[in-house]
Amino acid sequence: MQDYGIGASVRRKEDQRFLLGKGRYTDDINVEGQTYAVFVRSPHAHAVIEGIDATAATAAAGVVAVLTGDDLAADGIGPLICGVTVTSDDGQPHRAPAHPALAQGKVNYVGDHVAIVIAESLTQARDAAELVEVNYRPLSAVASTSDAANDGQQQIHEEAPNNMCFNWPFGDKAANDEAFAGAHKVSSIDLVNNRMVTNPMEPRAALGEYNSGTEEITLHLTTQNPHVHRLVLAAFNQLAPEHKLRVVGPDVGGGFGAKIFIYAEELVVGWACRKVNRPVKWTADRTEAFLSDAHGRDHVTKAEMALDENGKFLAMRVHTIANLGAYLSTFATMVPSYLYAFLFAGQYTTPLIYSEVKAVFTNTSPVDASRGAGRPEATYLLERLVDVCAADMGLDPAEIRRRNFIPKDAFPYQTPVVQCYDSGDYEAALDQAMELADYAGFEARAEEARGRGKLRGIGFSSYVEACGIAPSAAVGQLGGGVGLWESAQVRFNPTGNVQVFTGTHSHGQGHETTFAQLVCDQLGVPFENIEVIHGDTAKTQFGMGTYGSRSLAVGGVAIAKACDKLIAKGKKIAAHAMEAAEGDIEFADGNYTVAGTDKAMNIAEVAFNAYVPHNYPEGVEPGFDENAFFDPMNFSFPAGTHICEVEVDPATGEVEIVDYTAVDDFGKLVNPMIVEGQVHGGIVHGIGQALLEGCHYDADGQLVTASFMDYAMPRADNAPDFRIDYAPTDPPHNPLGVKGCGEAGAIGAPPAVINAIANAIGAKHVEMPATPETVWRACQSAN
Amino acid sequence: MSTINLAVNGQSVSGEVEPRTLLVEFLREQLRLTGTHVGCDTSQCGACVVMIDGKSVKSCTMLAVMADGSEVTTIEGLASGADLHPMQQAFMDNHGLQCGFCTPGMVMSGLDIVNRHGNEPDDATVRRELSGNICRCTGYQNIVKAIRAGARAMGE
Repeated sequence: MQDYGIGASVRRKEDQRFLLGKGRYTDDINVEGQTYAVFVRSPHAHAVIEGIDATAATAAAGVVAVLTGDDLAADGIGPLICGVTVTSDDGQPHRAPAHPALAQGKVNYVGDHVAIVIAESLTQARDAAELVEVNYRPLSAVASTSDAANDGQQQIHEEAPNNMCFNWPFGDKAANDEAFAGAHKVSSIDLVNNRMVTNPMEPRAALGEYNSGTEEITLHLTTQNPHVHRLVLAAFNQLAPEHKLRVVGPDVGGGFGAKIFIYAEELVVGWACRKVNRPVKWTADRTEAFLSDAHGRDHVTKAEMALDENGKFLAMRVHTIANLGAYLSTFATMVPSYLYAFLFAGQYTTPLIYSEVKAVFTNTSPVDASRGAGRPEATYLLERLVDVCAADMGLDPAEIRRRNFIPKDAFPYQTPVVQCYDSGDYEAALDQAMELADYAGFEARAEEARGRGKLRGIGFSSYVEACGIAPSAAVGQLGGGVGLWESAQVRFNPTGNVQVFTGTHSHGQGHETTFAQLVCDQLGVPFENIEVIHGDTAKTQFGMGTYGSRSLAVGGVAIAKACDKLIAKGKKIAAHAMEAAEGDIEFADGNYTVAGTDKAMNIAEVAFNAYVPHNYPEGVEPGFDENAFFDPMNFSFPAGTHICEVEVDPATGEVEIVDYTAVDDFGKLVNPMIVEGQVHGGIVHGIGQALLEGCHYDADGQLVTASFMDYAMPRADNAPDFRIDYAPTDPPHNPLGVKGCGEAGAIGAPPAVINAIANAIGAKHVEMPATPETVWRACQSAN
Repeated sequence: MSTINLAVNGQSVSGEVEPRTLLVEFLREQLRLTGTHVGCDTSQCGACVVMIDGKSVKSCTMLAVMADGSEVTTIEGLASGADLHPMQQAFMDNHGLQCGFCTPGMVMSGLDIVNRHGNEPDDATVRRELSGNICRCTGYQNIVKAIRAGARAMGE
C-alpha cells in the first residue's frame, strides 16, 4: 500500500491510453450525422462591415447553413462576458464594451468572428467560407500597447474613451512618495513583458449536439473547466438552461490558461447545432489558434525602488500599461490587477508599495490568463528591479535578496498588498539553490568560458506566487463573479472499488493518478481499484475546474473531506456488524478494528454492508457515497529560488542556457515524479518567454507571428537538464499541507534567464525575448 | 476522387480520397485512427509523425495519394494488445508525457532516432533530433530520458 500513497512517484494511470493512441480529444470524437464548421474571420484589424453576402456560399455544394451576427442577435444569444470587475480611478467599474460572438456591424481585430459556415464535409465548409462576401470599410488600427491611450488615437469602442478599460491605482501614494523623497538611493527599470501566445499543443475545438427529444445541448469542448463553461453559457449567454446543457471536457491536450475562457466559437457552435438540428464540429487550425486564442502578458512597465544605505527596500512603485486586446476575455481584467499588483511584495519586507495599472484596448486578440497569469509579470519586474538595485548598491544579487527577505519566523506574513503569506523559508531555498548551483564556483567557470570567447553569466530569481485563489468571499469582495471552492464525490461501489468524481479538470497534470494516491492513502483501498472521473457536467456534481495551480490544494482537499465522511459513516456500520460501540472503532490502512480486540473489517466489506444492509444499524442511510465541498481560508503561496547560468557568444548574440537550478517550496509532494514534470515544463515555458517567444502585430494590426514558423516555441535543444530540489514548508491552513506547482517554473524562469544574460554581458537590461539580435545589440551598447 | 491501396498497421486498406486529402486526414477521418494528431498546419510540431516504409514522415505534409502502395505504421500499431512497445513503456516509466497530445509523434520520432542512431543515442543527439517535435508540457527532459531508455530497451 505504501508504494501508492502520498509521496510515492507512482506511474500515471492515464499514460496507457495516451501511449496506445486511445486518448479521446475533442476532435477525435465523431458522431452520426455530424457537420463541419468553418469560421469566416476578419482580415482587417479594425473595420466597419457594410454588408455580408452569403448567397454564393449558401448555394455551394454541401452547405447546410451560413449564419451571421444578425442571426445570433435575432435568437437572443447574448454577448460574451468578463467575470471580474475592477473599479477605475473615477469610481466607475471598468469599461466593458459589448463582445458579440459574431460581429455586429464592426470587426475589431484580425481573426474576429464574422460568420459560421456549416457543411457536410470540412472541405466543403472551407470552400464555401471563401465564397462569403464581406464588404469591409477599413478604419485605422490601434496596435501599440504604450500608445493606445494617447490623444489622437483611433477610438475602438464608444464605451471606452481613449481606449481605456480602467486606470487602477493601488496603495498609499502620499506615503510612498514621501519614502522615495527621503531614500538613500532610487533604482529604476523600464521593461516590456512580451506578449505570448499560450499554444497548448491541441488546438481548440467544439462539437455540439442537440437532442430535439430532450431539448438538451451537449457540447464537447477543449475546456479546463466544464462547469464554468456551462454556468456562463447558460446564465449569461442564454444558450440553454443549465439543466439542459451538458458540457464535456474529454481528454484535453494542454491548457496553460488558454482553455479557461468562454470563446465565441464555443457559444456559436452550441447555438448552431440547435439551429440546424445537426451535430456541428469545429476544430481550429494552428493559425486560427494564433489569431483567436486569448494571448498572455503584454505589459509596458516602469518600476522603481527606494533603498536605504544598507540596501533595504523602503518603498516600491510601479506604473504599467496592460494591453487587454480588442475585447475583454472572461477573466481579462483580473490578470493585470489582482493577480499582478498583489504579488509586488515578492519575498521581501518592502513596507510601502504603490502601483498604477492602465488597462487599454487595442485592435488585437483579447489578452487573458496564460500560465502564471499576472504573477510572471509581477515577478519579472520585481526580480529584474532587485538586480538593478544590487548593481546600484554594489551588492551581490544573493546578498541584497537575503537582506530583504521576509524572515522565516514572520509567517503568516501580512504584506502591504492584501496577501497574507501562509508559510515560507526563503533563505533556506536560496541557500539550497546556491549550493546546488555551485555559486561559489561561478567565477572559475566564467574565467574558463572567457578563455573560449564566451561570456558566462548567472542570474537569480526568488519568486513567490499565489495559487488556489480563495476564499470565495474574498473573490466576491474583489469583484469576481464566481465562488472558488471545489467539490468532490467519493463513491464506493458494492464490490469495493471506488470512483472519485472531482470538479477539477486534468489536461496533462495527472489528476487521475495523484488523486487516486490521496484516496489510496486515506482509505487504504488498492490503487488499482480507484478511478478518478472528471470533465463531464453530467457525471461530476459541480466544480470550478483547473487553473491557478488550484487542483490539489483545493480539489484534493475536497476529496479528502469526502473520504473523512466515508470513514465516519463506516464506523457506525462496522460497529454494528462487529457488535461493538462506535467509540471503540478505529480506522487505519483500510481496516476498521475494535480497540483492544483482534476484530477487524475491511472498508470494502463495510461498503458491501452499506449496499446490502441486511444487518445494519438503525437510522443510518444505506449507500457508501459522500460529497464534499471545500472553500479554502486563503490562497497558498509556493515560493522558491531559481538560478540560471548562461553563456553568451558576443560575436553572434546567441545565448545558451548551460545550467539551471530550481529549489521550490510546494509544501508536501503527493507524487514527486509528476511535480518534477510540472517544474520542468514550467521552466521551459519561462525560457520560451525569455529567449524565443514574441507575439508581434504590425502597425496595421496584422499578426505577423501567426504560425510556428514565425513564432518560436521552445524545442528540446533550448534547455539543458535541470537541477531540481525542494525546500518545503508546511502551510498551516491547507489540510493536506500542499501548495501547488503548475505555474512556478513559468514564473521563476524569465527573470532568472534575463538576470543571467544581463550579468554575462554587463548590461542593465535586455528585453525579452532575448533573441541573438537583441543580445548582440545589447553587447554592442554595453561595450 | 482517387482510389488508394495501402497497408496500415499490417492491415490492407483502401479508400477514395480527393487529390488534396492529406494522409493525416485519411488516417483520422476515414480510418478513424485518431491517435495521430494535428497540432499545426506548417509541418513544425510533429504531432502527426507516422512511419512510412520504415521512415518517419509528418503525415500532415504528405498527400494521401502519395501513400498509395506504402506500409504505414501509426501509434495504434506499436503495442501487442495492452502490452506496450518498449519505446511506449519507456515514456510511461520516465514520465515522458503529460497531456498526451504530442506523445504519438514523439514516440514515432523516438523510433526513428533508434533506426538512424542505434540503441545508445546521447542526450545531445536526441535533443537535436527532436527539433521537429514540439511539446508544451514536459520541458523535454523526460522525453529525452524516455527515448534514450526506450532505445536501450529495444536493443536488449
